[in-house]
Amino acid sequence: MSGNTAPRMKSEAGLLDIWRRLRKNPLAMFGLFIVVLLIFFAITADVIAPYKYYEQNLINSFQSPSKEHLFGTDEFGRDILSRIIHGSRISLQVGLIAVGISVIFGGFFGAVAGYYGGRIDNLIMRGMDILLSIPSILLAIAIAASLGPGLYNMMVAVGISTTPQYARIIRGSVLSLRGQEFVEAAKAVGSSDTRIIMKHILPNCLAPIIVQSTLGVASAILTAAGLSFIGLGIQPPTPEWGAMLSGGREYIRDYAYMTVFPGLAIMITILALNFLGDGLRDVLDPKLKR
Amino acid sequence: MLKYIVKRIFSLIPVLLGVAFIVFTLLYLTPGDPARIVLGEQATEEALAEFREKEGLNDPFLVQFGNYVWKAVTKGDIGRSYMTRRSVANEIMSAFPSTLKLALSCVIAAVLLGIPIGILSAIRQNTLFDNITRFLAIVGLSMPVFWQGVLLILLFSVKLRWFPASGFDTWATLVLPTLTLACNPLAVITRMTRSSMLEVVRQDYIRTARAKGQTEQIVIWRHALGNALIPIVTVIGLQFGSLLAGAVLTESIFSIPGVGRLMVDAIKMRDYPVVQGGVLFIAVAFSFVNLMVDLLYAWIDPRIRAQYR
Repeated sequence: MSGNTAPRMKSEAGLLDIWRRLRKNPLAMFGLFIVVLLIFFAITADVIAPYKYYEQNLINSFQSPSKEHLFGTDEFGRDILSRIIHGSRISLQVGLIAVGISVIFGGFFGAVAGYYGGRIDNLIMRGMDILLSIPSILLAIAIAASLGPGLYNMMVAVGISTTPQYARIIRGSVLSLRGQEFVEAAKAVGSSDTRIIMKHILPNCLAPIIVQSTLGVASAILTAAGLSFIGLGIQPPTPEWGAMLSGGREYIRDYAYMTVFPGLAIMITILALNFLGDGLRDVLDPKLKR
Repeated sequence: MLKYIVKRIFSLIPVLLGVAFIVFTLLYLTPGDPARIVLGEQATEEALAEFREKEGLNDPFLVQFGNYVWKAVTKGDIGRSYMTRRSVANEIMSAFPSTLKLALSCVIAAVLLGIPIGILSAIRQNTLFDNITRFLAIVGLSMPVFWQGVLLILLFSVKLRWFPASGFDTWATLVLPTLTLACNPLAVITRMTRSSMLEVVRQDYIRTARAKGQTEQIVIWRHALGNALIPIVTVIGLQFGSLLAGAVLTESIFSIPGVGRLMVDAIKMRDYPVVQGGVLFIAVAFSFVNLMVDLLYAWIDPRIRAQYR
């Protein structure tokens, strides 16, 4: 996605129009449906999960999928379906908060760099280049290793590691908006820089931020699951999909379902977010539409 | 051209210093007393104090960082493992060939498959083939690498017994890790080739080439691909970098003795100098790959070459 695109999101008529066009894209609608379903699972996990996710029952351990346990049970006899349903909470939380961190920091640095330009821009963007020269999963590993394992540390690690990507995109949009008449008009009536950036510029570069964030939630969930997989993320017994998959690996020869279902959950979530993100990009970023 | 190469190499220096600073700071901020970790719980206060003095742990932060960079540049010394007390640089250098072998076999597989599939998908835009390719590409992007690795082991080594699930000595051991890790770059390269080709085949010079009666083969492979290649090369370069990083998970699944597995083992034992050394090493390798890609542009694209005569 190039940085110099600055499509406008206008009024409510614009939102309706976006929805109308998004509705024509079946893959994007499928993605949206899965995402909504996932949010529903996350909110109602305590009610709809057939068992408690932490409930151990050693007599029932390693049960293959059956009517009582649709996805089977793990080495402690815990119901895998219930753990996956609860896991949607963790994954969504990680995805949203990590992306939130990236958007806030990336937005701040990107907007300041793009708006003021010159030396500040140079300084900030060289700093971002340095961060970008470390592949994001590695940066996340390094940060998570320093902070120690745990849910919140992992969110911070994933969030910081993707900040430069957001800073770049937002800087590009701000740069192309800075010289426009409505910004000059706001300056002429004496608005402060903060007000111009927050009220006039940022709302106008929402489109690329929304697209990048949707795709970003997907990659944040993937990175977080990867961190848990190598033992840097969420610790047991929290039902995190990556950690469940990692735990099931030991038993793969005899109880493959223990790794298949959590992996499927991750994949469907990522796929849905990618479909939705691609669809949103086609609608919001006309310049990229082919 | 030489001027351009020199300029690009010099521009790497601040980036590498910045990376070293970040990595060093993270190590510095890591909770836990290095002296205690190395010498163990039973160590006396005197022994701890002596260790801290000897290793320069009492120096101010910036002095420590200066020493770190100085040693890294002059002696290639980026610290010692807390566990084995061996030099981190040596450990990484002995693990790197395996990682490189894996990354190279993935890039080769992804390029050999991705470019032809992308081209076919572009010439047959909106056909069944194109739609299936695009769908599979996005599925490939959504597969968690570690899950894919586990599934491949389940199918090909547990059930079918075609390929071994671990080890890294024969060509057969390379098949499953490559299948696992090449999927993502394959999807990215296919998508990029397709969109880049679609842009190029509408240009006037393609119409001209066809109008003068050139065969379709030459039009596609020489006229179109030649011009579509720049963004494709960029992604290949970027993918190579992320392969070095993606190897972290793949190597630990298939027990490949590479840099990634070295790091994962170090994470489990809280051997932070090795973790940070691995990050530093891969970041440096990544920067060099990017440099190579930039130089390759100049070689492919006469317009860029001309700027730096």
